Amino acid sequence: MREVAIVGVAMTKFGTSEKTQVEMFAEAAMEAINESGLGLKDIQAVNVGNADGNIEEGQAVIAPMCAADIGLSGTPATRFEGACASGTIAIRDAFIWVASGFYDIVLAGGTERQRIMSTPLATRVMGMGVHSRYETPTGLSFPGIFAMMAHLYASKYGIPLPELKEAMARVSFKAHKHGCINPKAQFYGKEVTMQMIYDSAMVASPIQVFDCCPISDGAAAVVVTSADIAKRLTDKPVLIVGTGQGSSGAVCSQKDITRIPARELSAKRAYDMAGLKPEDIDVCELHDCFTIAEIVASEGLGFFEPGQGYKAALNGDTDIGGKIAINPSGGIKAKGHPVGATGAAQVYEIVKQLRGECGPRQVEGAKIGMTDTMGGSFASIGHLILKRGW
Amino acid sequence: MEYILTSKKFTEALKEGKFLGLKCHQCSGYTAPPQKVCSQCGSEDMEIVELSRQGKVRTFTVIHVAAEGYQAPYIVALIELEEGPWVTANIINMDPEAATMDIIGRQGKIDYQDIITDIFSGGERIALTFSLTDST
Ligand SMILES: [Zn+2]
Repeated sequence: MREVAIVGVAMTKFGTSEKTQVEMFAEAAMEAINESGLGLKDIQAVNVGNADGNIEEGQAVIAPMCAADIGLSGTPATRFEGACASGTIAIRDAFIWVASGFYDIVLAGGTERQRIMSTPLATRVMGMGVHSRYETPTGLSFPGIFAMMAHLYASKYGIPLPELKEAMARVSFKAHKHGCINPKAQFYGKEVTMQMIYDSAMVASPIQVFDCCPISDGAAAVVVTSADIAKRLTDKPVLIVGTGQGSSGAVCSQKDITRIPARELSAKRAYDMAGLKPEDIDVCELHDCFTIAEIVASEGLGFFEPGQGYKAALNGDTDIGGKIAINPSGGIKAKGHPVGATGAAQVYEIVKQLRGECGPRQVEGAKIGMTDTMGGSFASIGHLILKRGW
Repeated sequence: MEYILTSKKFTEALKEGKFLGLKCHQCSGYTAPPQKVCSQCGSEDMEIVELSRQGKVRTFTVIHVAAEGYQAPYIVALIELEEGPWVTANIINMDPEAATMDIIGRQGKIDYQDIITDIFSGGERIALTFSLTDST
């Protein structure tokens, strides 16, 4: 296997878009290619993460449509579907192809346009992320899964629910603090107070509106090349030094959902490949689709001991300048969650952080970063560890 | 080897009053809901057995923003069966507004309810239910 790097990154502003999924992807893709210094003729394959495009816009074969829109008809173009982790597995596969030597340069990313759906259709589509025979019929919503995670967390570790809720509110507050200063974020420029979080409506007990990520439109893309090519193109190539992926079935089959075995396996694969440990990570974009999800992920990735992640959130250990900066972009919570694009947008943020291009939300001196993305009933999970190549 | 306990067979059995699972001949572990291989050891060497329906609440939520076609509020829970597996079920014999973390650990019994079909449901479907049987 040879060394692999990322040379160009781009994302659209997340939020509500009048552009189609193909148009958004094309915009991000061209910006990433232009930033990389490469030309369209250099792209050998296109990997597009997309979860629900068939239903959102009635568009199948979305990857070829994306490729054709940027003049890459004839190029192999493949859709990657892993619900909210779609973008991550698209980039991970680009890494594998380039590392293997089969391709030298692959464009990868994701796109999603959820806000075009009516609310009933959106809730129905999101309900498809659990087992369709044995779970969806209970009316288990997405917030519902994480609500059950929160109650189990409080019960297992003997934490009074109000204390856990305070930690969850703190996660939301931090996300909005960061998202407020990220021009690409859905909640850019919107200040959120602890009182607003506490006063928000109940969605699925104990999850309230401000514990939930929004429904979003957006796209993001990155150019993946061999490290040799990257070093000729830029002084700041970002290396992909570790990656992992894991999968699971129904929520119930995983039993204790305060520990996600697929995440822990996938993260271990990434750490082992990189020869790194959790304490080596300076900045992490992890899957905070709901506030409790950030707490559980911060433990699953090894930043904190099981049952201690909520304390870390309360203590500010996950803030910029804390023990490990988590979600300086505002995360899924405040940056937005166009599911197919989310993993690629996480990579965008980490690349920008390692290059030192994040302005007021910059994690000073960040040299190694990580992404964690989780789709459906924790069914599809992927990790990437990125490192400065200079 | 053929898929021995399909979702169709599992559903039809529930309607006939039987809550089915799988018992492994290799490790003696139980698997529910059904799948191709043993959830404990991965063996295909399993037989269909009737489960006791007894279990306890491990976690739950009261859904206030309903899924399409559902009427909020309602309770969804993860139930640990006496035989070991966990299943997802609706707790039906208590007022959702009255559900607090105190219901975690409470005992009850599995049954099922019919659920309306829609264009995505892939035909008929049911949801497991759970009725609390102990008193507080
Ligand atoms: Zn077995």
